[in-house]
Amino acid sequence: MKIGAPKEIIEGENRVAMTPASARDLQKLGYECVIETGAGEKAGFSDATYKEAGVEVVKTAAALFKAADIVAKVRVPTEAEVKRLREGQTLISFFNPGANAALMELAASKGANVIAMEMVPRISRAQKMDALSSMANIAGYRAVIEAGNNFGRFFTGQVTAAGKVPPAKVLVVGAGVAGLAAIGTATSLGAITYAFDVRPEVAEQVESMGAEFVYLDFEEAQADGATTGGYAAPSSPEFREAQLKKFREIAPDMDIVITTALIPNREAPELWTEDMVKSMKPGSVIIDLAAEKGGNCKLTKADERIVTDNGVIIIGYTDFPSRMAAQASTLYSTNIRHMMSDLTPEKDGIVNHNMEDDVIRGATVTHNGAITFPPPPPKVQAIAVQKKEKPKELTAEEKRALEVAAFKAQTRNQVTLLGVGAALMLLAGLYAPASFMQHFIVFVLSVFIGFQVIWNVSHSLHTPLMAVTNAISSIIILGALLQIGSGSTLVIILAALSVFMAAINIFGGFLVTRRMLAMFQKS
Amino acid sequence: MEIGFTTAAYVVAAVLFILSLGGLSGQESAKRAVWYGIAGMALAVAATLVGPGAGLWMLSVVLIAAGGIIGYFVAKRVQMTEMPQLVAAMHSLVGLAAVFVGYNAYLELGRVLAMSAEEREALEGFAAILAHKDAVEQTILKVEVFLGVFIGAVTFTGSVIAFGKLAGKVTSKATKLPGGHALNAAAALGSLVLLAMFLNGAGLWTLIAMTLLAFFIGYHLIMGIGGADMPVVVSMLNSYSGWAAAAIGFSLGNDLLIVVGALVGSSGAILSYIMCKAMNRSFISVILGGFGNTAGPAMEIAGEQVAIDVDGVAAALEDADSVIIIPGYGMAVAQAQQNVAELTRRLRAKGKNVRFAIHPVAGRLPGHMNVLLAEAKVPYDIVLEMDEINEDFPETDVAIVIGSNDIVNPAAQEDPNSPIAGMPVLECWKAKQVFVSKRGQGTGYSGIENPLFYKENTRMFYGDAKKSLDDLLTRIQ
Repeated sequence: MKIGAPKEIIEGENRVAMTPASARDLQKLGYECVIETGAGEKAGFSDATYKEAGVEVVKTAAALFKAADIVAKVRVPTEAEVKRLREGQTLISFFNPGANAALMELAASKGANVIAMEMVPRISRAQKMDALSSMANIAGYRAVIEAGNNFGRFFTGQVTAAGKVPPAKVLVVGAGVAGLAAIGTATSLGAITYAFDVRPEVAEQVESMGAEFVYLDFEEAQADGATTGGYAAPSSPEFREAQLKKFREIAPDMDIVITTALIPNREAPELWTEDMVKSMKPGSVIIDLAAEKGGNCKLTKADERIVTDNGVIIIGYTDFPSRMAAQASTLYSTNIRHMMSDLTPEKDGIVNHNMEDDVIRGATVTHNGAITFPPPPPKVQAIAVQKKEKPKELTAEEKRALEVAAFKAQTRNQVTLLGVGAALMLLAGLYAPASFMQHFIVFVLSVFIGFQVIWNVSHSLHTPLMAVTNAISSIIILGALLQIGSGSTLVIILAALSVFMAAINIFGGFLVTRRMLAMFQKS
Repeated sequence: MEIGFTTAAYVVAAVLFILSLGGLSGQESAKRAVWYGIAGMALAVAATLVGPGAGLWMLSVVLIAAGGIIGYFVAKRVQMTEMPQLVAAMHSLVGLAAVFVGYNAYLELGRVLAMSAEEREALEGFAAILAHKDAVEQTILKVEVFLGVFIGAVTFTGSVIAFGKLAGKVTSKATKLPGGHALNAAAALGSLVLLAMFLNGAGLWTLIAMTLLAFFIGYHLIMGIGGADMPVVVSMLNSYSGWAAAAIGFSLGNDLLIVVGALVGSSGAILSYIMCKAMNRSFISVILGGFGNTAGPAMEIAGEQVAIDVDGVAAALEDADSVIIIPGYGMAVAQAQQNVAELTRRLRAKGKNVRFAIHPVAGRLPGHMNVLLAEAKVPYDIVLEMDEINEDFPETDVAIVIGSNDIVNPAAQEDPNSPIAGMPVLECWKAKQVFVSKRGQGTGYSGIENPLFYKENTRMFYGDAKKSLDDLLTRIQ
């Protein structure tokens, strides 16, 4: 079968869904590759390099759609493009199925199978084809670079002969893939980076990237990411208030703010209000990565760079990945290639559209003329459910009550034991002769001492303890020594054997203990 | 010498023994403590030899010297990995000695009773004590002898079997004769009947018959216990050897024997208790063998075991700042402790924080791992107990599991139906990355699947532990 990538139609889109490198890999899966002339030009891949990789170059988009059994694209297709699809053809592209019902129906009526790249489920197995993540990664990186381009100062602090330069302070709101990429880039440029996210469980990831997590003074269990497939969920009004209050507090200090907060299938939440922008220093930069969905800052204008009255630059570009077309194309085409290899388990160049497969099923929005969106929930959970927090703190009274109860139980136990023990002892004393009782008292006291002493023995010395108790249990040699003087030969023989064995034990036990203990050394 | 002198020496010896055990609370004081024990023993033996009632002291000294030479060589030669066997073997000696001494007490009693009144007056030492016993005291003596011989005999065969299992000479699987514990119960009951007959004057044969039954109980009881439960078994036998000594002490009327026997007995009992607690199982269930029935089907394990090669492990270790190593019996079997120690030295030389986490039942003897690591010159202050280190796993970059299985099984916490549910385990899966050095994909001794091996942050480092570590050492300089 043939797989082809047309030139992207949308103005300003520089990416391409197939690179010479990915074409080579696709050929290994048994596919022939075809590309529209000039498709890779803006991403830095000339027709010649495609030809070198064994890709057929066709003149027009129409010809490409005709030639290819599978069409790979980047941007959501236009109506014209969808009209070109035919029965049995497969389209792999971003599709935005949630907001594109009409287009989806058109594709279904054409009988084409559409795989929407943004619908790839977020499970470990599917990470290799998660184009949203790979694009978000680029967006996060580019956002910092774009900010640096507009920011008139260094990121890193320096002390130079010409004076001291303070480090830039960067706040990243939303620690998803884009946010984390932005944090990584900003910290590696030397900025002091802060980050915030409504999902408290990402604090660790944030800190691992070298940023400081901005905590709120707020007591409410946030739904953790595991229940929403790893994405953020809308927060309560109270939480929002606490969050805005914190942002207001830190806004004047921030030089660069990068907002990346998106909630799936909703307008972007407003997190950076007008008054925060006003409180920022002139020359500060805001990069709003949520511009496409309305922006986290209401002043943001999508695809524009604006300067506010107080000199704050707000950038609302929505095409960050496209601005790094070479990198973005490489990653996206690799995502596509992984998708193809899942679709071609036999590596025979024939698509096996297996709707039983969780990943393929989840990403497919039309199949055999029917709309298959939205998909059923995936069988595998995206992220392991976070362990519930430890049991809630007990109040002082409860603790006290527990302690008292434990103390009482302990006392009861001990008194019972003592009572029973004493009773038994008295009973024995009534019948047993005095000579026995004498020894018996010695015995009981020794057991008592033994228990008291042994509990203190360090765990790591249990083996030496066994060896030493072994050695001293050979005290039985005393019995044998006393008997060896007997008049009876049999007794003498048995006693002699006992002395002999016990002697082995005494020497062996003590020496081996000494050997062991000598090995324990401090560092 | 006078009896007063002997008694005084015994008191001093008893105090020394108590100090000796008490000194084991710390590594440094332990080095002094063992000398207390030696001094106590020397004093006790010397006082007995010169005291009243000891005869043939030349023979005694020769025998002690001969035994001492053997003991010396055994102690010199033994490998630290063989400690469990050695301890078991030594227990068997104490058990057998107790049996012999018990027999002697009975034989002496018979001999003394057969004497005329004048002859009795001429006796001294042990026989003299016997001669002065009245009827009730004689009965008590018989019970004590019987008890001492019984415990001694069980200790003897039990220890021999435990030795065989630990040394690999007897299968370490739990095997029972048909009839199982009913046989043991029957033998115990038989012994009780024999006791009644013995007290009624049935003679020596009842004692011998009981000894045979006790031999059988010791053999069968320990045969029915599997290899991984050996820490409990060995400490239990340790305890028995103590109780045997105490029982013999009663029959001989020797307080020092009673004191020491009680110390050793309670020491072994506490060790057994600690071991059982660490496995979250009752003493009875360990001794009766096998794991209890589970309440329901085991939790299903999703995922797969992902293998990793030596380069992957080396790279991860290079990147890690903190490493925790969890050794188990597999390390002892593969004799890998030297390699582990070398790895530790090299990683520490690179400034990494390397520590060891020791589960109380790791290995085949309480504290087994500590001794092996000490032998390989791992400083003891980086070898930590479970309770000390369990909370540190989340901040740890790499956890390395070497030859342990059940003690790192998350099912104990996550799956209420697991046979080991509730057993305290080392929470190594909370570390950022876990490497498991393991021979193959099989389950451990208990046959319980280990979900740890399927976790996303776990990588399986297959192969013999020593070989794997050898390879690893070539990559880490």
